Amino acid sequence: MSTSIIVENLSKKYDISKLRKETQFREALINFSKRIFLRGESRKEEIWALKDISFTVEKGEIVGIIGRNGAGKSTMLKILSKITYPTTGRFDVFGRVGSLLEVGTGFHYELSGRENIYLNGSILGMKKKEVKAKLDAIVAFAEVEKFLDTPIKRYSTGMRLRLGFAVAAHMDTDILFVDEVLAVGDVSFQKKCMDTMKDIKNSGRTVIFVSHTMATVENLCPRVLLFEKGKLRMDGRSADVIKEYIAQFGDTVPQSRFDLTSVPNRQGSGEIRYTGIEFLTPDGQPKERICSGDSMKVRLHYKVHETISRPEFYFDLKTDVGARVTTFGTALSGHEIQTLHPGTGYLDVDIDFLNIIPDRYYLNVWVNTCDLLITENDTIHDGLERVAAIDVEMPGSEHSYQRLKESGGAATKGLDKWWGAVFIPCRWNFHGMHISEESKQNI
Amino acid sequence: MDGSATTATKFKFINEFWRYRELFYFFVWRDVKVKYKQTVLGALWAIIQPFFSMVVFTIFFGKFAKMPSEGVPYPVFSYSALVPWTYFAGAVGYSGNSLVGNSDLLTKVYFPRFAIPASAALSGIVDFLIASTILFGIMIYYNIPLTLNLLFWPFLVIPLFFLALGLGMIFSSMNVKYRDIKYTIPFIIQILLFVTPIIYPITILPEPYRKLAALNPLTGIIDAFRSTVLPDKQMNVWLLAISCFISVIIFFIGLYYFRKVEKDFADIV
Repeated sequence: MSTSIIVENLSKKYDISKLRKETQFREALINFSKRIFLRGESRKEEIWALKDISFTVEKGEIVGIIGRNGAGKSTMLKILSKITYPTTGRFDVFGRVGSLLEVGTGFHYELSGRENIYLNGSILGMKKKEVKAKLDAIVAFAEVEKFLDTPIKRYSTGMRLRLGFAVAAHMDTDILFVDEVLAVGDVSFQKKCMDTMKDIKNSGRTVIFVSHTMATVENLCPRVLLFEKGKLRMDGRSADVIKEYIAQFGDTVPQSRFDLTSVPNRQGSGEIRYTGIEFLTPDGQPKERICSGDSMKVRLHYKVHETISRPEFYFDLKTDVGARVTTFGTALSGHEIQTLHPGTGYLDVDIDFLNIIPDRYYLNVWVNTCDLLITENDTIHDGLERVAAIDVEMPGSEHSYQRLKESGGAATKGLDKWWGAVFIPCRWNFHGMHISEESKQNI
Repeated sequence: MDGSATTATKFKFINEFWRYRELFYFFVWRDVKVKYKQTVLGALWAIIQPFFSMVVFTIFFGKFAKMPSEGVPYPVFSYSALVPWTYFAGAVGYSGNSLVGNSDLLTKVYFPRFAIPASAALSGIVDFLIASTILFGIMIYYNIPLTLNLLFWPFLVIPLFFLALGLGMIFSSMNVKYRDIKYTIPFIIQILLFVTPIIYPITILPEPYRKLAALNPLTGIIDAFRSTVLPDKQMNVWLLAISCFISVIIFFIGLYYFRKVEKDFADIV
């Protein structure tokens, strides 16, 4: 097997003081003269976005890169794509490179779909002849036949995404760098992207794939690199690396009450903050043991610091490899909360029947305001990742989740969980079995 | 690829640019296409700018100030300089802002960055050619004989392009770093309009100012444009040669500076 990518002791430094200051030419002149006449030391604030990274990728390998925001994943991809340069160290990429850091880079809204296909194709490094030969396939893939000669400013967001991805999917390169582009768009678009990625996977091309979605990474990439604060922390089999990554979030041990007042790394603008989560029985007592099929109550405590309008409260459940099982949301259930003035309070979510398979689940909680009319964006007021956990156990049995796990039964594998995700209410009937009545009683 | 030292040779640069020539073509094509798609007046816009400048200049400088115009009516005199000037001013302004205007491309894909200011400077040539056709109309209207000298007209835009691109590369790469540069570009262009013999003939300058004016590369090029139109005006070949030489030097200074700072574009834009 021949080598596709070699990275040796590569580092990238950003001088933040340079990036932030001296953006005005006159300031640069003033600072320059100060340096000469006052001999003042200019303060340097340096950040190593990447520090001493080394790895090699063989031809035909599909390698995932994971890590938190700011870990250096995208910088790595930008260096490999030659968009930015390393400060020290070296790298070599053998073969024709295609990089897809964004869908539809360079699209011009005044130009038609057809014109944008050519423009985008050539920006991605395709020859005009090549685009021409693949035009029909691209158009069919993007499903824009009827609008091919319409300016894309009249396209819907979904159509533009499809068009952009269609062009990129038809790039014929030996090596492909993909950055998180699959995380956008609707379900059918995402499916299309996944199918394409699987085709690419089987085509023998070398792919480096950056993603936050652990399930996708695990499905696509046999090998994963874990970046942490600019360093390559781990390089190995995807299942092992993903476990290691998830463990970084700290071990959230399941309990019936979580205090959220002093959680670090929370997102959002802060008008409102979650202060706690409780898992309760339907009559409000702490729930010590949660089983598939149980009735329960989830209580979200909050504190409002500044008046907000139309907040939407959410939380979701994810498995330990990050596959989202379900999302609960006030708006998802059709509720619209008007205005919240400063003060404290709580919301209760009554779950009549917890129909999820026994496993350990982690919760993300967030509040946002969805101002489609004004900004077309959500404003996130508070957002907390992986702040609570529940162990859902087998109903009517003393077998704990932990014991199941030990027996290997609950081993999870991305979206392809052993037992799926849903627990359907059912009753097993053993009357017809050819065993003694006594044995039937003991099942 | 070596991180610490860029050992990119001139040859490598040209080679790479050749590989990406289609992208360059598409950038020019995009700029031209979008320009004519977005404006109601379309191609007419290319004519309006130099034409109305000519009308205003004719009223104030030709009629009221009685500016000498080298033996032809002032409209012919000024329009023959305003067509290349409009191209030059547009090309410098457009390519000077081109990197910041295409920041999404700089941070998302790799290609020779040179293609951005170069295509921006080149796309104005279409406007230039359209505006040039009106020149013939004006010449016929004022009974100026159309001579073979006019064949030089389109070729003179070549040194003008290199000059505009040289300045455009300097401005655009400084613009990435210092955002106040963009306010100085129109100002510099305005100064150049007055220090270049466009409104007035070079002959009204007394020595030693005339020698000084020769150092402005626009002087020789604009003067040469004019001499292809005006029947009694000899082309000052020496003056043109000096201007071309200075233009090429400015182009290479621009290219050198651009190449030196281009690797930081994606990080700071």
